Amino acid sequence: MRSTMIDFEKTELRLGLPGAGGGGNEGETSRNSSGKRGFSETVDLKLNLNSNSSDGNQVEDMKQKNIIPASADSAKPPTKAQVVGWPPVRSFRKNILAVQKDTTTTDVNKSGGSHMAFVKVSVDGAPYLRKVDLKIYKSYQQLYDALSKMFSSFTIGNCGSQGLKDFMNESKLIDLLNGSDCVPTYEDKDGDWMLVGDVPWEMFVDSCKRIRIMKGSEAIGLAPRTVQRCKNRC
Amino acid sequence: MAQSFPEDVLEHVFSFLNHDRDRNAVSLVCKSWYDIERLSRRRIFIGNCYAVSPEIVIRRFPDVRAVELKGKPHFADFNLVPEGWGGYVYPWVVSMAGAYPWLEEIKLKRMVVTDENLELISKSFKNFTVLVLLSCEGFTTDGLAYIAANCRNLRELDLGESEVEDLSGHWLSHFPDNCTSLVSLNISCLGSEVSFSALERLVARCPNLKTLRLNRAVPLEKLPNLLCRAPQLVELGTGAYSAEIQSDIFSNLSEAFLGCKQLKGLSGFWDVVPAYLPAMYSVCSQITSLNLSYATAQNPDLVQFVSQCGNLQRLWVLDYIEDVGLEALAAACKDLQELRVFPSDPYDAEGNVTLTEQGLVAVSEGCPKLQSVLYFCRQMSNAALVAIARNRPNMIRFRLCIIEPRAPDYLTLEPLDAGFGAIVENCKELLRLSMSGLLTDRVFEYIGTHAKKLEMLSIAFAGDSDLGLHHVLSGCESLRKLEIRDCPFGDKALLANATKLETMRSLWMSSCSVSFGACKLLGQKMPRLNVEVINERGPPDSGPEDCPVEKLYVYRTIAGPRVDMPGFVWTMDERVSSRFSRATEGHGD
Repeated sequence: MRSTMIDFEKTELRLGLPGAGGGGNEGETSRNSSGKRGFSETVDLKLNLNSNSSDGNQVEDMKQKNIIPASADSAKPPTKAQVVGWPPVRSFRKNILAVQKDTTTTDVNKSGGSHMAFVKVSVDGAPYLRKVDLKIYKSYQQLYDALSKMFSSFTIGNCGSQGLKDFMNESKLIDLLNGSDCVPTYEDKDGDWMLVGDVPWEMFVDSCKRIRIMKGSEAIGLAPRTVQRCKNRC
Repeated sequence: MAQSFPEDVLEHVFSFLNHDRDRNAVSLVCKSWYDIERLSRRRIFIGNCYAVSPEIVIRRFPDVRAVELKGKPHFADFNLVPEGWGGYVYPWVVSMAGAYPWLEEIKLKRMVVTDENLELISKSFKNFTVLVLLSCEGFTTDGLAYIAANCRNLRELDLGESEVEDLSGHWLSHFPDNCTSLVSLNISCLGSEVSFSALERLVARCPNLKTLRLNRAVPLEKLPNLLCRAPQLVELGTGAYSAEIQSDIFSNLSEAFLGCKQLKGLSGFWDVVPAYLPAMYSVCSQITSLNLSYATAQNPDLVQFVSQCGNLQRLWVLDYIEDVGLEALAAACKDLQELRVFPSDPYDAEGNVTLTEQGLVAVSEGCPKLQSVLYFCRQMSNAALVAIARNRPNMIRFRLCIIEPRAPDYLTLEPLDAGFGAIVENCKELLRLSMSGLLTDRVFEYIGTHAKKLEMLSIAFAGDSDLGLHHVLSGCESLRKLEIRDCPFGDKALLANATKLETMRSLWMSSCSVSFGACKLLGQKMPRLNVEVINERGPPDSGPEDCPVEKLYVYRTIAGPRVDMPGFVWTMDERVSSRFSRATEGHGD
């Protein structure tokens, strides 16, 4: 049997008492015995995407990597971050409940009460799309941070965090557009492709259906009108 | 050894064997039985579409009439499997179109289906009668139009909870006027409005229609029109169950329900207006299956309605039912077998309903036939779990989701090991278990020791060390599917139990501590397993060998490594993993 070729020394188990010297997370149980603190260790995080990190608690890193930060502002106590896929409620059900909450709530804004707004994000040149929940973020800045981390493995020139941040800075905007870097665009409810950043954040979340980060020549092509629009932005 | 019976006698005997397990056993007796069986097998079930190839299936079973396939891992339901992962039905449809011209049934779960696939299905199989698409995606309503138009004898069209791109409701009008064969139609997942008159005429001309699940866009006022034309309905899914409160709507509805003497199952109830629930009182005592899990009705309307259904066997409901509602359920519904309680507000840590462990304990006490539970709540205690276990040793499926990860026993602040331990110890027939809350390696020791019939286990945010995983893999003799997320399980248990994995359908591990090196080793040593690493941030070899992989999916297969993997999935088979080897060996492939 080929299984006997497995190096048993490598796989030797230490049969100690559960939780004692078993490796990993002995501290977890005591830390959690106070009940509702389960999330706290996972909230105040820095998304560590450097896979070469060999610091002690790799499991901690692994848990954190699943979590999208709710707030980049560390001055306020962090709001509870959403763990991907938890609680295990199917997307179909989540979407229906969200829409129903809108229609039954007395809030005026139809999508104001909705708990999630998943949109597809495509980056030109990346082999696959992502989905993000816009409701997790509170500003364009947070969205850009998350997107640049999500797509960081694809070096698309200045589409890193700094590149997208530069986009916020109007004085660098024209340089950026002329320099054929990234232009974040989105499709709104009417099916039109718009430049990200023109409208207030909440309005963007309500109207955005999908996001496309354009780059290269197409972005330049977009430049003349967007430059004008940027000049008109106040 | 002389043949005792002529082949056709054996074939006749085999025709009484419907279960795969029986047919598989028969095919192992001798070569001639193997051949007779394979030529006469008409239904196949493939629990993992990548475990075998269409060619291998067709070669062995040349005359199949019904195919059931499952694609993505279960955790895809919770967004843990990235888009583009796979599960394409395309190669199956193409192969079967040529090999099985008499194919009648296709049932798919968690697969990617395109409009082209649907068109091919509709044109390739002259006797096509059943299409079931559960949690599938990739197609639009245009694809449905092909099915409606071309499948002359269509009996069943069930779209489950699929993600359908809804271009228009016009597809339904493609059912030809001479289509009278429908028995079951489930369009509840569709958003856009179908032509109501087309629907009405379709329902009216299908005298055998037993199951009709409408979508939300069908208004309540129009429901009586359909019910009057289909009084033989056994299962009904309403559309939106809301309208302005008008007495004529109410009386029309009541009268229509009065005529439904065969009705046994109800679902739908989007946007429910409680005032209209009593319109169904005349059928409540007949109802055995009730799905109110999209109904935002609250108590007392909710419990009042449910209490009318004394013969209920299955109830799916939101946590608006609360403990008080479950206590009433326990008193009124003595035939209850399955209970699912879903969270109305899954992301609110506090919750605003009084649903606790007490409700579940009450139902476990009052309903002697209760065997299947899915329960979302915000607090649990070992005492409650022990009580449930002692009350219901006949439990078969037990899935508990305490919303806060690692939540301890709220009374004692201890882990919930003892409670789940009691479940596996008392419920000796347990087939499926999902756990949550604070759990140490000890609970896995209990599971490995007692859960001998367990086939599927789901674990999240639990355990302390590899010992936990080792207990499960070495102790659970019947284990077929194991899915794990965010647990401190690493290489040791996995490698020490590598051969166990060949006896299972699949293993999923995400956000655990399995290293890339271990995955490579597993892939090299176990050629009959596909060991797939999902790393969205980049190739797994861009870091050191002991770096943990993001997600791992291991499954047994006789089809070899996949050929349709997206860029973020790496297979650790013998040839491929040598490509990752640091020492240059010059192996191409």
